[in-house]
Amino acid sequence: MKLNVNGTVRNLDVEPQMPLLWALREELGLTGTKYGCGVAQCGACTVHLNGQPARSCSIPVSAVGQMKVITVEGLSKNATHAVQKAWTELDVPQCGYCQSGQVMAAAALLARIPKPTDADIDEAMNNICRCGTYQRIRDAIHVAAGQAKLGDVLASYETVNTDQLA
Amino acid sequence: MTQINTSRRSFLMGTATLGGGLALGLSFAPEAMAQAAYTTLTPNEINLWVVVKPDDTCVIRIARSEMGQGTRTGLAQLVAEELDCDWSKVTTEMPTPGQSLARKRAWGDMSTGGSRGIRTSHDYVRRGGAAARLMLMQAAANRWNVPVTELMTKEGVIHHALSGRSLSYGKVADDAAKLTPPDVKALVLKKPSQWRIAGKSMRRLDTADKVDGRKTFSIDLQLPGMLNASVKQSPVFGGKLVSYDESKIAKMRGVKGVVKINDSTLAVVADTFWRANTALAALPIVWDDGVNANTSSATIDAMLREGLKAEGDFWQRKVGDAPAAIQGAVKHVEATYTSPFLAHATMEPMNCTVRITGDRAEAWVPTQSAEGSLAALAEATGFALANCDVYKMDLGGGFGRRGGHQEYVNQAAQVAKKFPGKAIKLVWSREEDMTHDFYRPISMAKMSAGIDAQGQMTGFHVRVAGQSLNALLSPMSIKNNKDTRQMQGFWEEAGDAQLGYTFPTLLTEYVMRNTHVPVGPWRGVNTNQNGIYMECFIEECAKAAGKDPLEFRRALMKNHSKHLAVLNAAAEKGDWGKPLPPGVFRGIAQFMGYASYSAATAEVSVSPKGEVRVHRMVFALDSGHVVNPAQVRAQIEGSVVMGLSAVFMGENTVEKGRMKERNFDTYPVMRMQHTPKVETVLVPSGDFWGGVGEPTICVVGPAVLNAIYAATGKAPRDLPLRNHGLTLV
Repeated sequence: MKLNVNGTVRNLDVEPQMPLLWALREELGLTGTKYGCGVAQCGACTVHLNGQPARSCSIPVSAVGQMKVITVEGLSKNATHAVQKAWTELDVPQCGYCQSGQVMAAAALLARIPKPTDADIDEAMNNICRCGTYQRIRDAIHVAAGQAKLGDVLASYETVNTDQLA
Repeated sequence: MTQINTSRRSFLMGTATLGGGLALGLSFAPEAMAQAAYTTLTPNEINLWVVVKPDDTCVIRIARSEMGQGTRTGLAQLVAEELDCDWSKVTTEMPTPGQSLARKRAWGDMSTGGSRGIRTSHDYVRRGGAAARLMLMQAAANRWNVPVTELMTKEGVIHHALSGRSLSYGKVADDAAKLTPPDVKALVLKKPSQWRIAGKSMRRLDTADKVDGRKTFSIDLQLPGMLNASVKQSPVFGGKLVSYDESKIAKMRGVKGVVKINDSTLAVVADTFWRANTALAALPIVWDDGVNANTSSATIDAMLREGLKAEGDFWQRKVGDAPAAIQGAVKHVEATYTSPFLAHATMEPMNCTVRITGDRAEAWVPTQSAEGSLAALAEATGFALANCDVYKMDLGGGFGRRGGHQEYVNQAAQVAKKFPGKAIKLVWSREEDMTHDFYRPISMAKMSAGIDAQGQMTGFHVRVAGQSLNALLSPMSIKNNKDTRQMQGFWEEAGDAQLGYTFPTLLTEYVMRNTHVPVGPWRGVNTNQNGIYMECFIEECAKAAGKDPLEFRRALMKNHSKHLAVLNAAAEKGDWGKPLPPGVFRGIAQFMGYASYSAATAEVSVSPKGEVRVHRMVFALDSGHVVNPAQVRAQIEGSVVMGLSAVFMGENTVEKGRMKERNFDTYPVMRMQHTPKVETVLVPSGDFWGGVGEPTICVVGPAVLNAIYAATGKAPRDLPLRNHGLTLV
């Protein structure tokens, strides 16, 4: 079986029903794509299939066929995608476990809608984050889309009433 | 490696009490720690906290676990501040518990919970930074043959203004490491007003590899020849493994075998996790469900309700005769509130990798209790502590789950014993994780109050009935059958989780009702439920008294100036009393936990169909000091999400003795679309050090619940709200 992953065709000798997630993680060593639920609920396993976001835990590797798979490792060179840059600048991740999936979902959203509204973000970004980084994800998407200035967002994180400090 | 003095047995006993880091398991003398901290052992090590490399890189050691809360960055800021180094040259590393033990527990209590990461180690880590700076300066003074008092430092460079000479830290690090450390107790630390690294929103040190998939979580480990295991525990807590038919899966691809871990647990081992887990699903297993087979949420509910009425000696705080004062009042307010079991549902499921080579065992594990993991590894293998070590992996979420209970370490070790020399990565499926958590304890509270003709409270009585954390984690801390931990937030003592109200008469009671469901600390622990009980009830009292909820609270808070200041800050920034758009209502709440004071306002609308929209939350926090405002803010935003998930959606129910919810399809949690805009006001009062990750969650629920009460006229008392016609949209 052949799989086109991050621009390279890879050979796989695996069971056809193996979910793409596990083929990526355990056969190809691409562990950036995460296991969170196994039932397409949480989105930690989000990859792009021909540019569309997909939950790799629930897609048998045999169903991928000729489709081009992009994982978080292949999204950009040196984390230079606008989403990754905004994520880094705003320190979006807390624990970080779900963030590969969040980054891939956000990148797919911006490819489809370059200037998303909050409603677009609500609709497209339904991945689970238990640390609760949603507000920063929203901010970062607006920064990545060029709809919010990084400096303004960072400044809004700043106010601390330091005159009370000894 | 030096001889370890601690006996394995005493260490095991000590770490067994590390209740998610909430109880100080082993007591260690800070004095002894300070001594040990300045005994150098490794190259370029100025002291335990600071290593300066020849290229000026400052490696700052972090003893606490990083699970997203930002402790790595915050602690590094504190050390770097006193070290006066170049922040852009700071990296961090985490000592192992084995290294710590070998140096007489030099890094102290490494456990991470109870929002203690910074608040209980800020002093000694800053002294570590300050001592290292002095030693670097002394090394330069010696080289230049000038008095150290003529030197100054700036961003990692030592200057001698009189001669115009300067040297970077890296150039004198070797010499500095050989010097006798100064008396650390005599060091004068900087005041927060002098800080230039601490107190600032420095970017996290650990973001870069979280955005491109490079970060290796424990579940991502790949070691040569590694095998994978998927684990299955008796579906009913307390049930037993009767038999299994290994022949049915023996020929499945990649399968290496089945390991019986204990009398209620087995694991299937295969070349990959997916194959192990697939084979596990196909493995016929016979269980004996045991005595709990017929327990259900209904039977547990009845047991707790009996506790609300039971007669006995349950009191914890008593001021005057509250029941009589309530009885004799003009008006009575009474309400019963309920909270369900809750899973932590960390995004990274429980997992651990163990490799046994000869007489040595190593574990790679996302843990909140490094020493607890080490103890579990030693116990499971029977090896001496000195022959074991634990490599802490950053956690894909912790929230209290990965502290006091270390059963995944034991499981991985038991499997690894059967495969000597092979690394065994044992991973729980999401279903296993959700059905075998150590859940937030179920509880109920019956609250009553009397109100006089002037609308003043005459007395307040709270009785909580529910499951005890300490009964499982730390039975020795329950004295005279009174478990004070369950009444967290109702305490009289100042400084940690003090009740912010003074009532003319008061009675607090806790009735322990333990179920067969295992429980553990869950972000915010008992301040979650107790904060809701107190703050929703006080709202009902204000309503009964015909008073503004804010004014009603203020009148009871005259003896609690810090609580009050934070409440006032939230009210002011939350525009309390100012008009709202039609259909939008406001709620407010305050509570204390983990030595910090929290308050919040919420603006909420409720549609006729019960759809609740939270438009805005304003949060005030006095954590004493703020080491990184941006990260404190992030913790508050996270608390809102976890707190509202619990209030609206979260519930684990018991059916035929087992947990019914198995994955996120039946255990819904908040997503982007539900998330309100959160505004934060930080009001550090500067004379104490409080926690951040946990204290901020306890007011999230009640602020929103009180706004719903304002909107609907009906006080919500039973959680989660989705069971009662209210959904978060």
